[in-house]
Amino acid sequence: MLGPVLETLIGGLLTGVLYALVALGFVLIFKASGVFNFAQGAMVLFAALSVARLSEMMPLVVAVALSVVIMIVLAYAIEFLVLRRLVNQEGIILFMATLGIAYFLEGFGETVWGSNIYKINLGIPKEPMFFFESVFPGGLLIDREEVAAAVGCAVLVAALAIFFQVTRVGRALRAVADDHQAAQSVGIPLNTIWLIVWAVSGIVAIAAGMVWGSKLGVQFSISLVALKALPVLILGGLTSIPGAIVGGLIIGAGEKLAEVLLGPLLVRWFDLAGGGIENWFAYMLALVFLLFRPQGLFGERIIERI
Amino acid sequence: MPAAADTDRNTGEAAVTPPPAGVTDSTVPAPILRVNNIEVVYSHVILVLKGVSLSVPKGGIVALLGANGAGKTTTLKAISNLLHAERGEVTKGSILFEGEEVHSRSPSDLVTRGCIQVMEGRRCFAHLTVEENLLTGAFTRKDGKAAVAADLDLVYSYFPRIKERRKALAGYTSGGEQQMTAVGRALMSRPKMILLDEPSMGLAPQIVEEIFEIVKNLNGKEGVSFLLAEQNTNMALKYASYGYILENGRVVMDGEAKSLRENEDVKEFYLGVAEGKRKSFRDVKHYKRRKRWLA
Ligand SMILES: Nc1ncnc2c1ncn2[C@@H]1O[C@H](COP(=O)(O)OP(=O)(O)O)[C@@H](O)[C@H]1O
Ligand SMILES: [Mg+2]
Repeated sequence: MLGPVLETLIGGLLTGVLYALVALGFVLIFKASGVFNFAQGAMVLFAALSVARLSEMMPLVVAVALSVVIMIVLAYAIEFLVLRRLVNQEGIILFMATLGIAYFLEGFGETVWGSNIYKINLGIPKEPMFFFESVFPGGLLIDREEVAAAVGCAVLVAALAIFFQVTRVGRALRAVADDHQAAQSVGIPLNTIWLIVWAVSGIVAIAAGMVWGSKLGVQFSISLVALKALPVLILGGLTSIPGAIVGGLIIGAGEKLAEVLLGPLLVRWFDLAGGGIENWFAYMLALVFLLFRPQGLFGERIIERI
Repeated sequence: MPAAADTDRNTGEAAVTPPPAGVTDSTVPAPILRVNNIEVVYSHVILVLKGVSLSVPKGGIVALLGANGAGKTTTLKAISNLLHAERGEVTKGSILFEGEEVHSRSPSDLVTRGCIQVMEGRRCFAHLTVEENLLTGAFTRKDGKAAVAADLDLVYSYFPRIKERRKALAGYTSGGEQQMTAVGRALMSRPKMILLDEPSMGLAPQIVEEIFEIVKNLNGKEGVSFLLAEQNTNMALKYASYGYILENGRVVMDGEAKSLRENEDVKEFYLGVAEGKRKSFRDVKHYKRRKRWLA
């Protein structure tokens, strides 16, 4: 029994890494600019499309590097054409603007890259491997590619953490997140900071798009992953980077475990069909959090000014 | 009623730009900052500054006095170009920093040129440590890590209190420590001029005194000019050499700090040392308004 449950847990955690990456993109932009970026999912789709299509023409590494450039250009366009014009507008107006960006990106992605299902081949053998054979009878069966993806994402997150914690620009980003007017008063240019967070979110979107695309192929439904990021945000708190990561893992693991463990019980006790738990579990969990802990798991410590 | 108050009210409203009061005196060095008859409007309709002129001599400390809502903060934000975020804009007049028009410059450009504001309410970055707060002040600098580190030591030498708290989150430090952090953060940009907005707000008298002493030191030793917005008239006039009194978005009086301290109206309205019975704030407002009406 333990073996399969652990396998489910690990599979769930790996999906959770993906949710965490998308949520991370949200949190970065929300913290720095107060914009709730509905277009995060569309950015993941767009990034995945460019990696997939470019890698048909060139080695993967080059395709990824080029995609990074594309996402930076995109960030620049969004900052210059949209955010800069709407500065000081209400949050809801900015949110509407990101809705527009989301639909534009979905359509524009199709215009540029096409609308079929494309493959991203990370070059890692897909065959599952047995781990911990000495610990469990039979060991654990885990997809090698997923392990590689999880490790890659962990490295990315660690790099981001270092960037935020110790660099001059990272410090400025945190300052803007704390009090953007005060940040402006000491000479930190908000436009530049916004450009940087959108670009970083774009890069995070590339990582998410690659993981997702290599697993399930690149297609329109990727942009819907943003909807899964919403419960993650509620769980982790809108402004917490660790919250996005832990929240993503909890939801990823939770929904898979619920499907495997709760499903059979519902069938046995209530004679339900028992499927589809994976689809609603995250939202139920988010609802419970909204009722009992609205600031989320790691909702920013609110420091009262003395 | 004193003549000074009336003449200034008139110059404030004059259509042509008058030479700002204070620079006519030949003993005063060339101004580092000159504000000429500016008007500020919030949200396109709310006229808050109705022609404010002032000037700060190089190396001077000038006080901008006035009750709550008089327009002190608005004046400082107009200078440092922080009005944008408040949906405010300068609709008339000019602002010259070191002789150059700075009206359309970004705040970060102004900081690079050496003019930085310490905002009202300190506005430290609560989730950054005290030292990280100080370092954000050096964001615009391009002179390398060593120079920044040297200035960090300099700031700590002026504010030994915050050196002890350097690793603490700024949000958890006391009001006085936050004010010191805010001033130190501004210093890290190597400013020629600091626009200091109500440093005494909400602080105990001896802390206020400590901070003003440091301001005086910075002025004397580092040559930083200060424009000091304060409601604490008494304290501000003790450290400033010149003062302007704002009321309702207009300069109603200005003069050497000493003469302002001795002026009967200032004593009565701002220093709270009126002869005879003391008037409440509301009475004062009323009285002033009637006086203006009659004038
Ligand atoms: N963002 C704003 N929008 C509209 N009115 C404002 C705004 N900020 C300040 N005011 C008004 O401008 C006047 C001057 O405010 P302020 O400059 O903050 O005065 P002070 O700093 O002297 O207390 C006040 O009447 C205030 O209500
Ligand atoms: Mg004020």
